[in-house]
Amino acid sequence: MTDQVDNNSLDRAAVIEIVVAGVREALVLASPEAETTELTEETRLIGAGAVLDSLGLVTAVLEIEQRLADEHDLVVVLADERAMSQKHSPFRSVGALTDYVLRLAAENTHA
Amino acid sequence: MPEAAVPVALVTGARKGIGRYLAEHLLARGYQVEGCSRGPADWEAEGYRHHELDVADEGAVKALFAEIQKRQGRLDVLVNNAGVASMNHVLLTPDATAARLLGTNFHGTFLMCREAAKVMRRRKYGRIVNVSTIAVPMQLEGESLYAASKGAVETFTRVFAREVADFGITCNIVGPTPIETDLIRNVPKDKIDGILQRLAIKRLGRFEDVANVIDFFVRPESDYVTGQVIYLGGVS
Ligand SMILES: NC(=O)c1ccc[n+]([C@@H]2O[C@H](COP(=O)([O-])OP(=O)(O)OC[C@H]3O[C@@H](n4cnc5c(N)ncnc54)[C@H](OP(=O)(O)O)[C@@H]3O)[C@@H](O)[C@H]2O)c1
Repeated sequence: MTDQVDNNSLDRAAVIEIVVAGVREALVLASPEAETTELTEETRLIGAGAVLDSLGLVTAVLEIEQRLADEHDLVVVLADERAMSQKHSPFRSVGALTDYVLRLAAENTHA
Repeated sequence: MPEAAVPVALVTGARKGIGRYLAEHLLARGYQVEGCSRGPADWEAEGYRHHELDVADEGAVKALFAEIQKRQGRLDVLVNNAGVASMNHVLLTPDATAARLLGTNFHGTFLMCREAAKVMRRRKYGRIVNVSTIAVPMQLEGESLYAASKGAVETFTRVFAREVADFGITCNIVGPTPIETDLIRNVPKDKIDGILQRLAIKRLGRFEDVANVIDFFVRPESDYVTGQVIYLGGVS
């Protein structure tokens, strides 16, 4: 049903775009007036120097999940147990989160 | 993305009992109603759609909300009514029963709340009502696991209500007294009578009593009411 992956359109560039859009949305919601921060693969999402606070991270993760569902019919829970228990959290940066999404997407197709 | 013109409600455990009544009640109040239970519903109504799923199955719950988001574009109300009970002395309670009670009553409620809040926050509006029982405050003997599973729902609800307040979502609890459904069919009559005698208002509960409290919680005007429990029958 809904958890089929549209593989063709889900390349790395597409996922980065979604992750950046999700983070951007969270930043705008947190402070609509603030100047736009530049977001790159290295942008840190949690820990020291992170662009998001804890509520911001929640918003970003949900925005990313929703964009994946809406635009690519990919239904995943990003905050799964593996993600939450990894020493190097996939939420640490835009690039790491992108890789994690791609990994979940690949698992989803083989499931 | 399409958005239904009328409010949309999801009622879990809508195949029979209180859940079926609530689904029909919300339909009569103008909602589009999505319902679920493990088995197929043996009733139908215009505006009602039944989904066969176990509320404790994460994959099925995720798929349900993705489908509702796609088809309806909104979710205004969620009533976490699906529940199972088992009346037994704790020394005679099988481990599997404990897992089943916590699975449906608590874990199912958690999954439903989590996924519903993701859909509701998109429109910055949501009303969630969880169903507990007077067995929690009355500490009814023979219902330790059942009461504990609902006690977990109550604590979860209070914290969750705080966490989703920023998203325009409220989450409250109704705690019914005994109501004649299959759930309490096997409870001896003298046990039920004993419970009724301890209520402030000494009678069985009715479906309407539950619906009345839910109506209050889900009104748009109740946006300043969250994390609260209302027990029926004058129990506190
Ligand atoms: N009746 C009372 O005296 C009383 C008192 C206090 C509180 N409550 C609470 O009120 C709620 C409704 O109870 P009720 O009396 O209406 O019970 P009921 O007549 O036994 O109905 C329970 C409903 O929940 C569904 N259900 C059970 N396990 C499920 C699961 N894992 N996933 C999805 N659906 C599930 C059942 O359908 P399927 O079998 O098809 O899944 C059924 O539609 C429960 O939460 C109960 O704890 C009842």
